[in-house]
Amino acid sequence: MSDQKRLKISDVDGVTVVEFKDRKILDDIQIQEIGQEFSDLVEVDGKRTILLNFSNVEFLSSSALGKLISLDKHVKQKDGTLKMSNIRPEIMEVFAITRLNKLFDIKEDVPDALAAFRG
Amino acid sequence: MGDDNNWLWSTVETIPSDTGEGQRLIKELLTQLELAEWASHDSFGIHLAAEEAIVNAIKHGNKQDPNKSVHVDIRVGKQEVMIHITDEGPGFNPEAVPDPTLDENLDVPSGRGVMLIKAYMTDVQYNEQGNSVRMTKTKSN
Repeated sequence: MSDQKRLKISDVDGVTVVEFKDRKILDDIQIQEIGQEFSDLVEVDGKRTILLNFSNVEFLSSSALGKLISLDKHVKQKDGTLKMSNIRPEIMEVFAITRLNKLFDIKEDVPDALAAFRG
Repeated sequence: MGDDNNWLWSTVETIPSDTGEGQRLIKELLTQLELAEWASHDSFGIHLAAEEAIVNAIKHGNKQDPNKSVHVDIRVGKQEVMIHITDEGPGFNPEAVPDPTLDENLDVPSGRGVMLIKAYMTDVQYNEQGNSVRMTKTKSN
């Protein structure tokens, strides 16, 4: 798996683990690039089992939330599964305020998420 | 609190409709919050509210028109922060923004900025036209 400009991608037990390289996700161009790299994973590489690892992310804006919603929708449309993990308490609070914690499938950490993928 | 508040730092600026300029201001605000010993949880909320308000003014208010500006008044005190952002757009009705937390709106990708500002700031007031927002945050105990 090759790293992209915005995303670090690895394969763990058949799950595509995607890490954000940026600590802050708020800029329009940056958000577009993240969206494009993620879409390529789904459309070009045919990935359907994806974990978004937020361990580097300290801040995100409402535009970034919008993009996450679109990515989640995209994977679901392809009958894939998207989970998220390693979310800092401040970011988790943003998800809770916006109730996106009800929309997204959020796990504590990577092992926890991998176990959930295995069912 | 009125103008007699003992502000440690303040800036009044008119910036172009350019998010890069907004980022410069926000970076300065974060530095000043740290100097004024605001806790990270409060700083995170102020950061998010300032980001949303400035981006709303540039993108939705001024439609990124290079001929329009955003007026910014930011003040940082020991116990309170005040952020006042005004754009040159037609304004909007914040009450008319659909509630993004309703089940039917959960997967709509936009419309969360206004609610995040409300959630993180202590007091949020829009002017009648809806092109100016004044928000304050009182330090959490």
